[in-house]
Amino acid sequence: MTQSNAQMRTGYAAKRKAADVVIYIVLSVMVVIWIAPIVWLILQSFRGEPGITTSYLFPKKLTFDNYIRLFTDDQFPYGKWLLNTLIVAVCSCVISTLFILMVSYALSRLRFKSRKTFLNLGLVLGMFPGFMSMAAVYNIMDIFGLKQNLFALVIVYSAGAGLGYQISKGFFDTIPRSLDEAAKIDGATRNQIFWIIILPLSKPIVVYTALTTFIGPWADYIFVSYFMKANADNYTVALGLYEMLGNQTITRYFTTFCAGSVLIAIPITILFIVMQRFYVAGVTGGAVKG
Amino acid sequence: MNYLDYVQMTRGQKIAYNIKSFFTGIPGAFAKLFKMIGIVLKAIFSFIGNGFKNYGKTFTSGDAGTKLSYLIMGAGSMMHKQLGKGLIFLAIQAAYFYYMFSTGWTYISKIYSMNVEVEKGMFVDGAIGAIPPQYEIDPMFGTQKIVNLDTLDDSNRVLLYFAMTVMLTIAFFALYITNIKSAYKSQQIIAEGKTPINGIEELKMFLDERFHVTLLALPILLLIVFTILPIVFTIFMAFTNYDKQHQPPGNIYWWVGFNNFADVFYSNPEKNQTFGKILVWTFVWAVFATFTNYIFGIILALLINKKTIRFKAFWRTMFVITAAVPQFVTLLCMRMILGDSGTGAINNLLGTNYPFLSDVTWARCTVIIVNMWVGIPYTMLISSGLLMNIPEDLYESARIDGANAVQQFTKITFPYIFFVTTPYLISSFVGNINNFNVIYFLTGGGPSPTSYYKSGQTDLLVTWLYKLTKVNSDFNLSAVLGIIIFVICATGSLITFNMSKASKNEEEFS
Repeated sequence: MTQSNAQMRTGYAAKRKAADVVIYIVLSVMVVIWIAPIVWLILQSFRGEPGITTSYLFPKKLTFDNYIRLFTDDQFPYGKWLLNTLIVAVCSCVISTLFILMVSYALSRLRFKSRKTFLNLGLVLGMFPGFMSMAAVYNIMDIFGLKQNLFALVIVYSAGAGLGYQISKGFFDTIPRSLDEAAKIDGATRNQIFWIIILPLSKPIVVYTALTTFIGPWADYIFVSYFMKANADNYTVALGLYEMLGNQTITRYFTTFCAGSVLIAIPITILFIVMQRFYVAGVTGGAVKG
Repeated sequence: MNYLDYVQMTRGQKIAYNIKSFFTGIPGAFAKLFKMIGIVLKAIFSFIGNGFKNYGKTFTSGDAGTKLSYLIMGAGSMMHKQLGKGLIFLAIQAAYFYYMFSTGWTYISKIYSMNVEVEKGMFVDGAIGAIPPQYEIDPMFGTQKIVNLDTLDDSNRVLLYFAMTVMLTIAFFALYITNIKSAYKSQQIIAEGKTPINGIEELKMFLDERFHVTLLALPILLLIVFTILPIVFTIFMAFTNYDKQHQPPGNIYWWVGFNNFADVFYSNPEKNQTFGKILVWTFVWAVFATFTNYIFGIILALLINKKTIRFKAFWRTMFVITAAVPQFVTLLCMRMILGDSGTGAINNLLGTNYPFLSDVTWARCTVIIVNMWVGIPYTMLISSGLLMNIPEDLYESARIDGANAVQQFTKITFPYIFFVTTPYLISSFVGNINNFNVIYFLTGGGPSPTSYYKSGQTDLLVTWLYKLTKVNSDFNLSAVLGIIIFVICATGSLITFNMSKASKNEEEFS
């Protein structure tokens, strides 16, 4: 009796172990599939041989030349693009974060007459495809004399930021109301409550908002490509790298493109991995609350 | 049907019921969409209307100051000891009148010009901008040349200023009514024998009772100028013939009514067939892209989160790296890997010639598979978070009742995840309808047969819209597409909205 029990137990354990081994194998194979293209990209960025792709996997000659060329080439001023993107990203990060926090705080914790109207308006406006009206925005910029410059990009990325209030509003909704009331009894104005009480409590959402609005301009291709047209001096990295793969230049610049991509991907990847916790909370919080 | 009936159904019935209620929800969502647009418009107009409702009443019972502010804004405030406020109102009125007389009115009068010669010998009603181009034959080359380019009306400018003037006028009327209300209010305060609050106290209110105004003013102002105004402008464009042949400056365009919509839906065979094919592919793509990512992402999350699996953080990070690298990098990298022989890494390496991106069926499968590569880590991340939230005691009691692993999955894990992620599922469906990056960076919409109007066989509605705007300058057609995409996405979003509301009412699962 006890013997068969023990047998059963070891049989069960063995079966479970076998299942685990299968899972480990499946996961390893998947990791290889998922990581291989990125490893390939990194390898190509160190490749010494010119041309597009090669008929062998590992480069015959490893070199840093591609990275050096990024910053010395005249036709594609990568360093300038990097600086452009950084300027645009920092400016629109500061403005957008402020706007998003202001709007979501007002809609979440203050009660006023037209609040419901604003909420509905935000919902409807948020449903228009983002770049549907980019031709019109371009015309408006033209009238303000802001054609093809970086300031126009900052405006494009941050002027509509007020609409992205949902996630941080969801967060503000969860802070207990009694805090506001206690502060009000002590004579604080709503302005003071916002800066002194609510903001320090909202660090996670401030970090999340700042990071997402900072990453946005690094990854955007659509608006830059429409706004900058042929003005290569004001490109951001995304557009510049895309242009490197054009028919005329791809043979010469393919490995340079790989180097540029690796260089840009490193900081963004690190940022994302650091903030993934906030990302999940933001998305699922939004999903559950609606 | 109430909740009790629902719980008593078998699983098959429940699924059938949910699918049925999803599709029967579509017309409702449509109706709701238009109702919501209506509500927003109604709110704006009823604000102005309410102001006018009290218009007569306030006038009869108002004193001289209040009566005077019907003509001169701010007069009432100034006479009621609120000098600063009155001056601001007065300045607003002066600025508005100055703008209307100097520029605003000319643009309004030019928005629909009759009988304008837009080309030699061609007269049009409803031209936007009045001064037609004057042509002169160039003696050297014998070509036509526009001689009055500097005085020519730019249709873009006329249309834009028209939209701006209309919005300014609405804003002005809102301020005009505020001015009367404020004058009447201060009159009543004085009648009670008190002094109305002075400017500094009123400004202080913007940090307290009216703090919402301070917070919302700037974001909303920029939203109006750079989001609402462009949308209004784009909607106008959908009703004009602003395309490649009618490019200002040098040309003016004119109103054509619903012709562009007719073109897309039935009257122009080339555009209409392209639209039909792209619409069908957009939906096929969205269904496949959403469900493959959803199902495999959850399976991956389950594998990683299985209790006996070790190094969870390592596995998760390996997958997250792919999601974290900017999409244009990963997708362009994939394009180089999957290109035709000569450029593509795989074809070069194996010495083969698979048309991963250059044959219709191959390309369509490739984009869906690459999208899995890009998207599964996201779903994995999100559902990992959700898996940890499932209350442990559910499993415990299930185990005591003798449920095995499979039963635990089908009875607890799957219903829980499905319940919590339904809104996410629908919003990612809408997101995939608008998935620009995967299509544009991988195939660029191609392969592009000539039967497709300025697009290709893997193009979605959004990438077609982008190409029409950027490459082809067919602004009217792209505006029509934008409106169609808006209606599709808004319907989807409202269904989500209703469902998540329902889940809120039902409270927690379990």
